[in-house]
Amino acid sequence: MKKLINNVDDVVRDELEGVQLAHPHDVKVSLDPYYIYRADAPVQGKVAIVSGGGSGHEPMHGGFVGMGMLDAACPGEVFTSPTPDQMLEATKAVSSGAGVLHIVKNYTGDVLNFEMAADLARDEGIEVESVVIDDDVAVQDSLYTAGRRGVGATVLAEKICGAAAEQGRSLSEIADLCRKVNSQARSMGMALTSCTVPAAGNPTFELGDDEMEIGIGIHGEPGRERMKLKSSAEVVELLAGAILDDGVIDSGDNVLAFVNSMGGTPLIELYIVYRDLHRFLEGRGVTITRNLIGPYITSLEMQGVSITLLKLDDELTQLWDAPVKTPGLRWGA
Amino acid sequence: MTSVGLEDVLAWLREAAARIEEQREYLTQLDSAIGDADHGINMSRGFKAALERLDSNPPEDIAGVFKAVAMALIGKVGGASGPLYGTMFMEMGKAVDGKDRLDAADLAAAFRAGIDGIKARGKAEEGDKTMIDALEPAYAALQEAVASGGGVDVAVSAAAEAAARGMEATIPLVARKGRASYLGERSAGHQDPGATSSHLIIAAAAEAWGS
Repeated sequence: MKKLINNVDDVVRDELEGVQLAHPHDVKVSLDPYYIYRADAPVQGKVAIVSGGGSGHEPMHGGFVGMGMLDAACPGEVFTSPTPDQMLEATKAVSSGAGVLHIVKNYTGDVLNFEMAADLARDEGIEVESVVIDDDVAVQDSLYTAGRRGVGATVLAEKICGAAAEQGRSLSEIADLCRKVNSQARSMGMALTSCTVPAAGNPTFELGDDEMEIGIGIHGEPGRERMKLKSSAEVVELLAGAILDDGVIDSGDNVLAFVNSMGGTPLIELYIVYRDLHRFLEGRGVTITRNLIGPYITSLEMQGVSITLLKLDDELTQLWDAPVKTPGLRWGA
Repeated sequence: MTSVGLEDVLAWLREAAARIEEQREYLTQLDSAIGDADHGINMSRGFKAALERLDSNPPEDIAGVFKAVAMALIGKVGGASGPLYGTMFMEMGKAVDGKDRLDAADLAAAFRAGIDGIKARGKAEEGDKTMIDALEPAYAALQEAVASGGGVDVAVSAAAEAAARGMEATIPLVARKGRASYLGERSAGHQDPGATSSHLIIAAAAEAWGS
């Protein structure tokens, strides 16, 4: 394992200390328990938005704390859900009395820990709503699985709900909005290489030099199938094709296209993928009216890409365009 | 051995922590095949925290021990195992409230409450390729031993053997809960890490309380 770390056990702590030193005006960091929160929290009269999940997906979620997005984020150990005590403390730190929305990715650990945290917060008199994001079409959604994973749509939901919270909307309105984003967004990812969890020391899975994994999860969980490496255009057809096959996005729709690096794939390749995606969607009568391109929900150093498409209407477009000022996403402010 | 007291319960948990530490790499290796390669790391961190909590602030009774372990696991393990094992010990703590000693029937009742807690939170049933596949057979064996008048030592040995069989029986199963379920058919052929850690915890009781 080659990584720029000091000590395997200190990876998350050292990173959080770096975040605090880098962004002292925007965020504050609690080291016991771990959470990152807005420097000006709690914002009076505003619904607070809290998310969290395993570390290793940076900038998600900690990098999205700030004006127009999250009020707090709880990082777990690498690829491991955070714990209810973190979520409870974060919820209390940002609660202004207007209610708190928990945005949770659909992973068993995240869901169970956030459920416990919401129970604890309600016991302390804080109004909490939770919305589970499950946009990954690589996973069959049935009674026989844990359901679809929450991936790229999480970033979009956090941005859009954060903007709605700044406008002073109520907790139930923002929770409905979050469910709307989730219902109109679909994602699928792929990997060219594995990644190494620092504490494990070895790659999570083996992938041959000429192979790729289609439908990979953001923790290196294997996906739909492993196949020989294909061109960008062919990969786009597999990923975006599966997304369109899911039936939420149709010819005539306007979409936000989010081309995300898993961490190790450089921008030059992301733009090639974006070009191919643009052409593919054009051929299917779908128009990209907004885009996001870059590493926003990563899997450590994994090479690979995920595509998320969100069907846009005027409301979602306006909220997407609204100002945001966080370490990881910033415009109009 | 007809019953166990506070010291015996502590001895069990120390043995469980030692076994988990010993098998840390193995649990993580099992998890990397069908999960996300952190089960051993997380369980080891959780049980270390549980022992620290028991040493720094020794509980006065068995219920207190179970609750302290529950809080440590909930706070330190993360993933799905933290809330699930945490819930199990929490419910076991409630079930033994006020008892100074536990006979085999008390243990079976506490264990039942613990498993029900896990099932309520995780919504898993037998055959889903989870810790339940080791825990339910262990409970059945415990219950059978109680019915035939066996002592604690006999009962937990039977439970440990049943847990081992249940753990091995997860190998051909297709996972229906947790991250392994994302693999579908590809999850078959691998032993479930959760069932394996459950077996370790029960086997630790058989070791600690064996005659």
